[in-house]
Amino acid sequence: MPRRKGAPEVNAGSMADIAFLLLIFFLVTTTIETDAGLDRMLPPFEPPTEEPPVIKQKNIFTVSINRNGQLLVEEKLMELTDLRKAATAFLENGGDGTCTYCKGKKDPNSSDNPVKAIISLKNDRETKYSTYITVQNELVGAYNDLRNREAQARYGRDFTDMESEYLNPETPTAVRDDLKEKVKKIQDLFPQKLSEAETSGNN
Amino acid sequence: MSKFAKKKDGDIPAVSTASLPDIVFMLLFFFMTVTTMKDSSLLVENTLPNASEVKKLEKKDRVIYIYVGKPTKEYQGVYGTEPKIQLNDKFANVDEVGSYILAERAKKPQELQNVLTTALKVDKDANMGLISDIKQELRKVNALKVNYTTYEGDAFNNLQ
Repeated sequence: MPRRKGAPEVNAGSMADIAFLLLIFFLVTTTIETDAGLDRMLPPFEPPTEEPPVIKQKNIFTVSINRNGQLLVEEKLMELTDLRKAATAFLENGGDGTCTYCKGKKDPNSSDNPVKAIISLKNDRETKYSTYITVQNELVGAYNDLRNREAQARYGRDFTDMESEYLNPETPTAVRDDLKEKVKKIQDLFPQKLSEAETSGNN
Repeated sequence: MSKFAKKKDGDIPAVSTASLPDIVFMLLFFFMTVTTMKDSSLLVENTLPNASEVKKLEKKDRVIYIYVGKPTKEYQGVYGTEPKIQLNDKFANVDEVGSYILAERAKKPQELQNVLTTALKVDKDANMGLISDIKQELRKVNALKVNYTTYEGDAFNNLQ
């Protein structure tokens, strides 16, 4: 009669091989890259009967893109490379003198203050998407330039840098609460008012 | 036979590989946790435009993707060369976007349903007409947060 010896030991020598196999599988299927892009908010869908609020013409900076990718800014033809400068000048014009942090020309025919200033973007149905993104990028860039300047003056740090740290989920909560206030403050100084009208058909 | 036999000189002890499975398992778990499986294959050409003022899209579980572009070569015979919308794994028309967003939203956990972002991955050669139609559909279902996904780079490279 054979002697009972208890359960025989399982050979774990191949464990490493099995684990390696799994490891290699996950290595191959892994994609760690995160997407990046331009964040935008669409206007809420309203019934068309509602009366639009009256906005002074001088507070609106109109940008139209035609089907060939040419820009019409404030009724004048403009090169894409000049757009950022023109938008910045419009935003920080400070025509009514209430904006203490603006360094604009205080032209009475341009925007009253950054809170009232609205950029209106219009495009044709035939406009190429890449042109549209470039224009969007320049307009967002104009806002970011102004916000960065103000954040540098107040907190010694770029706004875009603070915002990305604030949005990063790995940032500790204490730091984030501190940043939230600063980010909000700067955003209120230069609120992003970028209106996108519905595209025009054929003009 | 003595109990304390001296080891022979010059005999190098073998390196213990007993901890190798532990190390490998550690790596395995790391990759298992960071892995996201590719869930849809592209049916459209998707060369994104460049932009410099980008923000990162954190938290992939809060993102709904919409692809737009010309159908790839193998589908051009059936679907033509005009830009089309791709939702999940199939081509769709503009009027299907709304119901797609609602369906995707319903799949997400309750607490995320109000913070979803729609990522528009649009080929740089697409026309704005189609994008405007999509935006209009998104507004109808109240999916207002959009992200125009781009590559990071100089925006003026788009114009060439």
